[in-house]
Order: sequence, then C-alpha cells, then structure tokens
Amino acid sequence: MESSKVIHAFYNDDEVLMDAVKAVKAEHHHIEEVFCPFPVHGLDKAMGLAPTRLAITAFFYGITGLSFAIWMTNYMMIQDWPQDIGGKPSFSWFENMPAFVPIMFELTVFFAAHLMVITFYMRSRIWPFKEAENPDPRTTDDHFLMEIPVHDNVEELTSLLSKTGAVEINVVDKH
Amino acid sequence: MYQFSGKLKTLSLALILLGAIGIAFSFWSAPKTLEAAKEIIAQQSSHGDGHGTSHEEVKTDAHHDVKEDNHASTKESHSKVESHGENHDDDHAEHVFHQMQNKPWAAVYVALFFFLGITLLVLAFYASQRVAQSGWSVVLFRVMEAITANLVPTSIIMIIIVVTAVMHVNHLFPWMGDGIFDPTSPNYDPIIDGKSWWMNVPGWAIRSVVYLAIWNAYRWFIRKNSIKEDTAEDGGKTYKLNYNISVGFIFLFMISESMMSWDWIMGLDPHWFSTLFGWYVLASLLVSALTVIAFVTIYLRSKDALPGVNDSHIHDLTKFMFGFSVFWTYLWFAQFMLIWYADIPEETTYFVARFNEYKLPFLGMVVMNFAFPILLLLNSDFKSLPWFVVIGGIAILGGHYIDIFVMIMPATVGAQWSFGIAEISSLLFFLGIFIYATFSAFAKANPIPKGNPFLEESEHFHYYNIEHRGEGSGDHH
Repeated sequence: MESSKVIHAFYNDDEVLMDAVKAVKAEHHHIEEVFCPFPVHGLDKAMGLAPTRLAITAFFYGITGLSFAIWMTNYMMIQDWPQDIGGKPSFSWFENMPAFVPIMFELTVFFAAHLMVITFYMRSRIWPFKEAENPDPRTTDDHFLMEIPVHDNVEELTSLLSKTGAVEINVVDKH
Repeated sequence: MYQFSGKLKTLSLALILLGAIGIAFSFWSAPKTLEAAKEIIAQQSSHGDGHGTSHEEVKTDAHHDVKEDNHASTKESHSKVESHGENHDDDHAEHVFHQMQNKPWAAVYVALFFFLGITLLVLAFYASQRVAQSGWSVVLFRVMEAITANLVPTSIIMIIIVVTAVMHVNHLFPWMGDGIFDPTSPNYDPIIDGKSWWMNVPGWAIRSVVYLAIWNAYRWFIRKNSIKEDTAEDGGKTYKLNYNISVGFIFLFMISESMMSWDWIMGLDPHWFSTLFGWYVLASLLVSALTVIAFVTIYLRSKDALPGVNDSHIHDLTKFMFGFSVFWTYLWFAQFMLIWYADIPEETTYFVARFNEYKLPFLGMVVMNFAFPILLLLNSDFKSLPWFVVIGGIAILGGHYIDIFVMIMPATVGAQWSFGIAEISSLLFFLGIFIYATFSAFAKANPIPKGNPFLEESEHFHYYNIEHRGEGSGDHH
C-alpha cells in the first residue's frame, strides 16, 4: 500500500547528510528523494542509485549524426548533381571524402550533444512553465532535505533521523 | 625499494645483443657497390613482382619531377638529361643504390627517433606536471623520471648519427650530398641553395647538439633535485627551484622541439615544408610517451613496486592516451587535408610519394592511432582495466612507430622499403636499452617522492565514478 505521508528531515551540512543517508540505508529504509542546493559527490553511490546511461545514448546519437552526414554528402555531392567544383574528384564519395570530414565531425557532435540534452530534459522532466517540485524553498539555498515515506513508523524514523543530526523533522502529507 | 630483477636485466641485455647483431648484419648485407645494386634491381624486375614497376612509377611521379624542376632552372644540365636516354638507366640504378645503402641507416634512425622522442616527451610531460602543480600524478613522478634515464643513451647514439651524417658516412639527408650548393656542379639544387641559411651542415650539427644538451641538462638537474626534494625539508625551497627550472625547460623545449622536427625529420624532404609539422611530431610522440608511462606503471604496479598508485591513476593516464590520440588525428588530418584540398604540386609530392608506395602503412596507421583508441578507450569502465589499456596501448605504440616510419622512410629509401631484419633488430636494440635504462634508474631511488607537497593528495586521488579494485573505497569523498 502506498503511504500518504512522508517524513522530511532537514540537514545543513553535506557531510552530515552523507552520513545520515548511510545510516538510513543501513536500517533498510527506502529514501524517496534527497533535495540538495548543489551536487554532493558520492550521494548517488550512498543512496544506491543506478549509474546513468546518458553517455551511452550520446554515443548512439553521435553515430546517427555521422551516418546522416555521410548520407547527406553522398546524396548531394556525388549522387544528385556531381559537378566538377574546382577540380575536386566527385566520382565517388571516398575520393572526395576529406572535404566532407569537417561536416561529418560537426554533425556527429551536433547530434550527440543536442539529442543527449533533450534526452536529459525528458528523463528529468524539465521544461519551460513546469511547476517547481521542491518541497521547501530552503533546499535551493542552504539546506538539504531527505524524504522518507512513512508506514506507521513515525516514532522510529523520527528517533533515527534526529540521531543522524537532522536540524528539523516534519511529517507532511505527500503531494 | 624496487629491485631490478636479474631476469629483466638478462632480457634487456639479450635484446640489445640480438638487435646489435641484426643491425650489424643489415649493414653487412647492404650492397657495397653500384654493380651489386644493379644485380639486385635486375633480380627484382626478372621476378616480375609489382615492386619493380611501382618503383618506376614513383621515380617518374615524385622524385623525377622534382629533379626536372630543379634542372629546368639550369638549362644546360636539363637538356643533358633529356638527350641522353642511355644515361637514364644508370641514373636510376644509382638512385636505387643510394636508397639500398640508406636502408640500414634509416631503420636505425626510425627506431632511434621513436625511442628518443618518446623519452623526451615523457620528460616534457613530467615538466608540465610540475608546472601545473598537478595533484594526481605525483606518485608517478619516479616512473617518469626513470623513463627519462633512456634520454642519455639515445642522445649518445643520436650524436653518433649526427657525426656520421656530417662525415658523409650515411646519405640520410639528401641536402648534404656533394655539390648541392655548388652552382657549377650537376647536382646543384637552387631550391635547397635558397634555404642554405638554415640548411647547412655546421648549423645543423651545432643545433642538433644544442637540443640534446638542453634536454639532457634539464633531465640531469631535475632528477638530482627531485631526489634531493625527498629529504630536503627546507620549507619547499627545493620544490620551488624545481618548479622554476621546469617552467624554463618547457619554454626551451617547445622551441627546440619544433626546430628539432624541422632539422631531423622535415630536412629529409628538403623540398617540402609544412607549418604545423612540429606540432604534429609533438602529438605523435606525446601520445606514445603517455602510453609508455602507462605501460611501465602497470608493470611496476603488478610487481607491487608502486604502493601509492591506484586505479584512478591508470584511468587518468588512459584518458590522456585517448585525448592525445584524437589530438594527433586532428593534426594529421589538418596537415593532410589542407595539402590535399589546395593541391599545390610542391606540397602534394610529399603525400603522393606516401600514397603510391606506402598505402598500407599510411592508411593503416590512421586506423591504429585513431579508430582503435577511440573505440577501445571511450568507455570509462575500461579505462582502468590493465589488460584493456595494454591492448589499446599496443595499437597506439605500433601506430606511432608506423607514423615515424612513414615520415622517414619515403625520403630515405623510397620504394625500397620493407619491414625486415634491419627494422626489427633496431626496434629490439632500442627496446633493450630502454628497459635497461628505465628499470635500473627506477631501482636507484625511492619510488615515492616523499618531499613533494602534493604527495598526500596524489595518494588519495580518486576519480569519482570508478570503483577501485582490491582496495577499500571508504577513503574517498
């Protein structure tokens, strides 16, 4: 059963937060989310998050861009209208290949970069006019927030979290 | 302290001996007289293999064109060549004879330049790490210092090559030939004569010695002072002195490296010039140097001789290997494409000669130096796997040996090239010297540079997204 209440524990130091995450994980509680004002190195490992596959997508987007560039240069310069432009050999794609390399390179980078960024936006659900999701405005400034779902164990969680150095603990309705 | 094992010592001495025998044999078996060369040429053409015919092509395509160009300006000698069709065969035989005589010299020169250059770039990279005050590489300082010990023997052999060239014992550099600068001589070459303010034997020899002197002086100083740093405890005075000297060395190195590449490599093709050539040679040697650092580090680590080195250090070295492989490709392509695109005959002959006679090595090295590293070493997880780094590194080192080969061979032996006893023996010879110099130097100093203020940082160096094998991951943040 999905719980309707969550506990919010606030921290004001990233080292304390890291230790708290490890302590909560050691007690086998599920951490729903951690909100930080800046990237905390090692937090993903401590939370046990799976590594990102964004780099792998970028690799395939790059290959797509390269293929597109090869197809485009071949179609336009060799197949469709093979003109003699300044004596460059347009008999086959390979003979004129060096001239196409700058385009091939740039399109590879262009596809890899832009499609990866768009993938990132989609997977992270970020877009203009999207409603902000931070539960407390202080988490964008100087506080860290750990969110743990509650299953009739408020007392136990509160005592655990206060032991880890939380500066404020609230039980709130999940939105 | 590391002990230079007897096994490795025997191996290196065996390599030196084997190489020396092979080199001696290749010098002995090179044709001594024009008649002997003619016999070989006759044999080649009677076999009817592609070699003889393709050779003819290159002669007319590249070399002869240049020759005729020169002769055009001196009208009398030009018409002489035209009218005496008989002479043509003799000219050809003599040309081939010189190339055959060059073969053992060129084989030694390629291997020598490869090892000398790699050692030099290890030294330059080491200096750059001191100047950048880099935190990660301090535990590798003694590895780099040990490799630079190879600079001394290779410099001595380079001096021998310089002396033999000056004394006309070898004909590696065509502009050193008889009568090139003499307008009354049939060998007169006005193009080269126009460059005589730079290309003259005394200037070349003096410059060569000066480069070697600068590099060896810095190596001698920094090695001595780096060991002194261990026990100095003078509030960083020795460290700062080493820093300042390294700044000065990098300045001198950049100048001397450019000029060295003109004198020692571009001078082999005295009619050709390229502005980014110095950078190109630098990139080729730098990526090889980083690979060699990685190889020696992986080997020493497997012998438990490098307690401070962890997987993150290997990962960083591999990132450098990857990055500078791409940098090399960028320069290789920039040089090739600019010349291909504009197609000015005086520049294009360089690539025509390479494309006609060296197609496989010329194109193969792009695969080995670019396609292989980019596909093998792209994945972050693979960058700290020793066996993966070794596979990628072998492709890189092999590729850059071929790169040097393709820079030197077409100008010295032309169509007579092969990869045989002379080339392999030279490689083994210099490999043996390298192993002996490197590991005996590494055994002479503390493997951890204790006095360096960045040592602590280096020992705890951790690249964020890799898991270290065989050690606790608790000591990082």
